[in-house]
Amino acid sequence: MTATTATAAPAPQKINWLLLLLKARTFVALILVLAYFSFAAPNFLSTANAVLVSKHVAINAFLAIGMTFVIITGGIDLSVGSVVGLCGMVAGWLLLNGIDVGLGWSIQFNTLEVMLIVCLVGIFVGWINGTLITRFNVAPFIATLGMLYVARGSALLSSEGRTFPNLNGTADYGSSSFPEIGAGSFLGIPVMIWMLIIVTIAASYIASRTPLGRHIYAVGGNERGAALSGVRVRRVKMFVYMFSGLMAALVGLIIASQLKASHPATGEFFELNAIAAAVLGGTSMSGGRGRIGGTIVGAFVIGILSDGLIMMGVSSFWQMVIKGLVIIAAVVIDQAQSRLQTRVALSQEAAASR
Amino acid sequence: MTGPVPSAEHPVGLSIRGAVKVYPGTRALKGVDFDIRMGAVNVLVGENGAGKSTLMKVIAGVEDLTEGEILIGGKAVHFRHKDDAVAHGIGIVFQELNLFPDLTVAENVFMGREPLRFGFDIDKGAVVRRTRELLGRLEQDIDPEMRLGFLRIGQQQIIEIAKALAEDARILILDEPTSALSAAEVEVLFRIIDELKAQGVGIVYISHRLEELIRVGDYITVLRDGEITGSRPMEGVDIPWIVRAMIGEKSKDYSQGTGHAFGEEVFRAENISLPKMGGGWLVDDVSLSLRSGEILGVYGLMGAGRSEFLECVMAQHPGSGGRFFVEGREMREASVDRRIARGIALVPEDRKRDGLVQIMSIRENLTLSSLKSFTRIFHMSLSAEADRVRDYIRRLTIKVASPENPVSSLSGGNQQKVVIGKALMTGPKVLMMDEPSRGIDIGAKAEIYRTMRQLASEGIGIIFVTSDLEEVLGLSDRILVMADGRVTGEFQKGADAAQVIAAATPDKTKKGHAA
Repeated sequence: MTATTATAAPAPQKINWLLLLLKARTFVALILVLAYFSFAAPNFLSTANAVLVSKHVAINAFLAIGMTFVIITGGIDLSVGSVVGLCGMVAGWLLLNGIDVGLGWSIQFNTLEVMLIVCLVGIFVGWINGTLITRFNVAPFIATLGMLYVARGSALLSSEGRTFPNLNGTADYGSSSFPEIGAGSFLGIPVMIWMLIIVTIAASYIASRTPLGRHIYAVGGNERGAALSGVRVRRVKMFVYMFSGLMAALVGLIIASQLKASHPATGEFFELNAIAAAVLGGTSMSGGRGRIGGTIVGAFVIGILSDGLIMMGVSSFWQMVIKGLVIIAAVVIDQAQSRLQTRVALSQEAAASR
Repeated sequence: MTGPVPSAEHPVGLSIRGAVKVYPGTRALKGVDFDIRMGAVNVLVGENGAGKSTLMKVIAGVEDLTEGEILIGGKAVHFRHKDDAVAHGIGIVFQELNLFPDLTVAENVFMGREPLRFGFDIDKGAVVRRTRELLGRLEQDIDPEMRLGFLRIGQQQIIEIAKALAEDARILILDEPTSALSAAEVEVLFRIIDELKAQGVGIVYISHRLEELIRVGDYITVLRDGEITGSRPMEGVDIPWIVRAMIGEKSKDYSQGTGHAFGEEVFRAENISLPKMGGGWLVDDVSLSLRSGEILGVYGLMGAGRSEFLECVMAQHPGSGGRFFVEGREMREASVDRRIARGIALVPEDRKRDGLVQIMSIRENLTLSSLKSFTRIFHMSLSAEADRVRDYIRRLTIKVASPENPVSSLSGGNQQKVVIGKALMTGPKVLMMDEPSRGIDIGAKAEIYRTMRQLASEGIGIIFVTSDLEEVLGLSDRILVMADGRVTGEFQKGADAAQVIAAATPDKTKKGHAA
């Protein structure tokens, strides 16, 4: 009657190996691309190169983490690339000009304050997205598509299309440490990688060990059912878009700091890379399914693939083709996995109720 | 041949012999013989789950018989697909309308069967003309080029009938055609039925409204638990006869009450009302009171406003009026989670749509409403969660291989237990259950009844909504009957079935009966 432990028959056990392999497919893919480029591209395995690749991956990984939460709730955030650009411009503006209060003097900020304000700008953009979606019932695709244009336009307006150069900060204002965000390192590992590690751990923790995380999955799985179970759907959605905005702000800061300049066109098409990483990591576009860990692995697969191909001298046109094929293959395998998983679960339950 | 002798006036158009339909876990039909007589209204009646829909799906070619045969003109036919049945002149109008509100009336009528010129160009003129002819035959003054969404529900129902007639249906199955109609529209429908009869169409009429059946029907067949319990011409049939055939003498296992005394009033609703789109009320000034340990059965037909009332309690309708009290204190909270915190819990009618998150695991579904109970500030203790889940799986005897499997892999009865478990984990004082036994097999039903008794004896007040007469009579300590959004009757335990049914019949059909 109360068979609570899995006493699966031998037959399903055999299928489970295949299922395990399919579940770990992104990881397998990661190992494969790593192994391949280690042979095919000289110097690929060197420490210097590993750090370089990680830095490239990190940019995409931040956005992909935010995107994963959004997609799990059944939404999409197309605005992140533009928000990266906008936040970079805000950082540049604050460092160069401060805020002119119109009384003949201006307020200047130190590095930490700049970071805080930029993060707030990103969260605010996310708040607008969330409000449009939850209060005005705008489809997430449309709301964030609109925001994509608004944010990019604002970024261009802020400098009339020009670049804010020489963002070295000013020692007097305490902002001379600004370039450290992107270029500095701690214990031999770049600061931005530390940031990524912290964000990843925090996001994984939210996803698996907090009620908020459980609610994110429930909203994506069945919004009506979640609402009737007492989940505050609006609040959950507001959180994911604001979190995604925060991630975009971090990326904006990092890029501005790395380049010591901010250009309003920064971040174009970043949203598509973020979606690709999330999907490659097993996030379902129909909502309810996805893991932060999977997304990180997905971001690494995409990053290593493009850097490896560059090192091998493959043309960038071919790179795009290959990237696209990998993403499509990932989703095809994902469908096969969920079918198999359903079958295994059904056969287990059928055995239990017998 | 168990039924009445076929008369020359109404020749048998289609008959079913020894129909058996087995679904995994249940036998929906157990050797059913059924005749459809042409030029007559063949009424089919039975409770939810008696097998009416299955029988109709078989006739319409949607489902295949496990055993038995379908005979048309004495020859056995086999419907592999809906199109086969359509080719034999069988049309069906389902209870839920299958129409496209943004297309025109004519486009709807000829959906999928558009007359073509040169094999690809839709002959719009012919579509409109033939639709106008059909609507003329139905005496309806509806513009074929109007957008369907602009029509009233009753008119849309008539479009569905026109659609079936456009396929030259000789046999027309109407499944609960009046559940969404107003009194005037019911009259129109009955006139149409008379005309179709005169044209020699055989009509199968399914309804729960017994007075309506007696008025419109020529032959009656009663189904109970997949078996025919009565089949005769309509002459001399009265409501008590139908009720007897529907429920039978023997009673199912409703595990008698423990005879515990009820406690204080735990829940009260005062003057709850919910306006309907386009005028009228879905819930019309409903007041009720519930004591702890009491099982209150709310009986009524579909569309009586029972589910909507429960949804009002669960804060699903911001436009509703009235006041709720839990343990004497007014419940002003407007959000679902705060109402849950006040001790209200709902087991919704539609498990798939409202009750469960299908792709989440059994464990995650069970604890979804009560995550706070093992959360400190923001940290969930997964081991405490697993303990609670194990405990509830044992208490509710949910049969699972692993709590980590997706909830969609469970059978209907076990899924329902998960929904109940989720509600119980919130520690409710008032448990509202909407059709708790719908779509689950008899064994699981008995277990759910037992669980309800058990919970009541532990002091929880239970309000349950059902369309199953036997269930409401067998399980309730007190019965409320609703019709057209109003409470139309209150009965104590051991009430007379016929009186309960009479109270559940909306006024409009009574008027129709008098007319």
